Amino acid sequence: MTELTLIQGVNQALHQAMKKDPDVLCLGEDIGVNGGVFRATDGLQKEFGEQRVLDTPLNESGIVGMAVGMALYGLKPVAEIQFLDFIYPAFDQIVSELAKLRYRSGGQFPAHVVIRTPYGGGIRGGLYHSQSTEQLFASTPGLKVVIPSTPADAKGLLLTAIFDEDPVLFMEPKRIYRTATGEVPDGDHRVPFGKARIVREGTDVSVFAYGAMVPTAFQACQVLEKTGIHAELIDLRTLVPLDIDAVVRSVEKTGRAVIVHEAPKFCGFGAELAAILAEKALYSLKAPIARVTGYDTPFPYTLENLYLPSVDRIGRAIQRTVTAG
Amino acid sequence: MSGVPPSSPARPPAGSAAPANAVEAAAGTAVVPLPYSSKQLQELLGSSWEARLKEMYRGMLLGRVLDTRMLGLQRQGRVAFYGPATGQEATSVGAALAMAEGDWVLPGLREQLIALMRGLDLTLYLHHLFGNDLDTARGRQMPCHPSAKEARYVSMSSNIGTQIIHAVGLAYALRYKRETGVSWAFFGDGATSSNDFHSGMNFAGVWKLPVLFVCTNNQWAISIPNEKQTASATFAEKAQAYGFEGSRVDGTDVVAVYHALREAREALASGKGPRMVECVLYRLTPHSSSDDPSRYQPKGWMDRAKAHDPLGRFEAMLDKLGLLPAAEREAIRAELDAKVRAAIQEAEVMPPPRFESLFEDTLRTPAWPLTEERDSFDKEQGGNFP
Repeated sequence: MTELTLIQGVNQALHQAMKKDPDVLCLGEDIGVNGGVFRATDGLQKEFGEQRVLDTPLNESGIVGMAVGMALYGLKPVAEIQFLDFIYPAFDQIVSELAKLRYRSGGQFPAHVVIRTPYGGGIRGGLYHSQSTEQLFASTPGLKVVIPSTPADAKGLLLTAIFDEDPVLFMEPKRIYRTATGEVPDGDHRVPFGKARIVREGTDVSVFAYGAMVPTAFQACQVLEKTGIHAELIDLRTLVPLDIDAVVRSVEKTGRAVIVHEAPKFCGFGAELAAILAEKALYSLKAPIARVTGYDTPFPYTLENLYLPSVDRIGRAIQRTVTAG
Repeated sequence: MSGVPPSSPARPPAGSAAPANAVEAAAGTAVVPLPYSSKQLQELLGSSWEARLKEMYRGMLLGRVLDTRMLGLQRQGRVAFYGPATGQEATSVGAALAMAEGDWVLPGLREQLIALMRGLDLTLYLHHLFGNDLDTARGRQMPCHPSAKEARYVSMSSNIGTQIIHAVGLAYALRYKRETGVSWAFFGDGATSSNDFHSGMNFAGVWKLPVLFVCTNNQWAISIPNEKQTASATFAEKAQAYGFEGSRVDGTDVVAVYHALREAREALASGKGPRMVECVLYRLTPHSSSDDPSRYQPKGWMDRAKAHDPLGRFEAMLDKLGLLPAAEREAIRAELDAKVRAAIQEAEVMPPPRFESLFEDTLRTPAWPLTEERDSFDKEQGGNFP
């Protein structure tokens, strides 16, 4: 075990995967010489060379399309999209090609590709360095969507992603790249997909979050503990595959649900969770489901702290839900 | 675009002057024979030139027979859709013969003949055209979208140009693994306007990768003619901006195509970086079985274009040179037609894919809610309603 930051967890996973398997290659903008604009790929090119750590021209569709081509042959490319906000030129490659290759070829051509991308607000990045649009990808059949919230999960989930035959969108919460710290197992640490993490147990209300919202929601739960509200916090870890049992079981126990994400509310991932609870746990519910989300606007610059779900906003929503019934 | 009258080069050196696309410039509607003498053919095709000519003829004829039969079935409602490649046979066959076994093919819309020539079983292809239970992709794709890993022929999407950059990734992998194969990206004239034409050409140029970009310029992107697709005089010259050589060849001349592509492939294989070859040809059918060219093609265009029918031009040359007598050609045609009909008969009676296949191959292990949807299939769709 070593104490690492979240981004060090990412970096270590990449190092170990590349060391273990020569078919693992990294490609993206500024990832080689520069080590990535956030330094997630720091040191990789030095250790593994330009053949395996590719500084690409500035074209996201090209990056993902190139990774698809490498995977068609049988390599295991890890592509970096510098910010999730810049992924849209590659949307066609992701949705039309990557997510459909296995299906349309009857399994002849699995698409063994990981796309890593920093996402989310709180870094004074304005409209184009802050967005959370996980729902666009989670609603595309054929893609896995993974979002870690701790250094150990960043490493363990990324290693699982790199050696998973299916295409994975690996979203890294950049706001907590360096503020999230924790003990990380040194070896080939793998965290399985589809297993949510119970961050804290509670009996009064279930709080669902992922990525950078996990530490914020955790603080809200801690504050409320002092007022006698015992909140259960669940880190979903992987939106696809979703640990539906963990979601339903928790609400069957607590009877209340608060869902937190940075993305806007309308058609956000919270809508799916709420629908699941309406389908599977309606008779356990004692209070209306609450969603605490980014507002339904583009992402603001100056007022981003008002836009993002805060400890206060989450805490109040939990309070309202617990006192509602 | 410049209106150079179409004519095959007597000898097709690299970058040989190719016919331009303006069919209006053609003198008439009479088929123009390929311009080779027996001696030239021998020089171009080597000592087993007669066998190679026969191979070319068989390949092109297979494409033609398939198109004729399948369009007929489509008109009878026996398949929902068909995308013919009539007019493109010389380019597909010339390319297939110029390839090595270790090469990979990233097809555009009309390269199915290449898959067949590289080993895709005809009956298996027919299973695909009927979308039945024996189709490799279990009836998930429209007809003419086969997947043939054994032929290193990659499953295609219907989106234009996306495969061009895949060819670049594949070429990178081939070089990384020290394989001798090269990667072939096929695309039409319309695809040169797509995003991934740019990303593919640019990436391949930067890394000097063994990608052979083959533009099959059939003059039309559905209803859009070349001059509305680009302001460049040719598509081939676009390669220059990406730092490598682009050339044009008469795509209706199977000998010229074979020669030009084989030479380009050799240059690639020796590590000289990518090449682009524009094969100029004519779409001799509607875009697909769902298209009506009378809405956009000038009157008489198709009749004039038929002067460039690759099969007709080849046969006219055979006649002129007294090669492959008519009786022998007829025997080949009858044999291929019988094969195609037998494959149709076999494929048409196969049942549709099992319902379970709906739920397979999205992810390696299905995730919720797909698992639940699969398990409740009987409850939702089995038995009688109400």
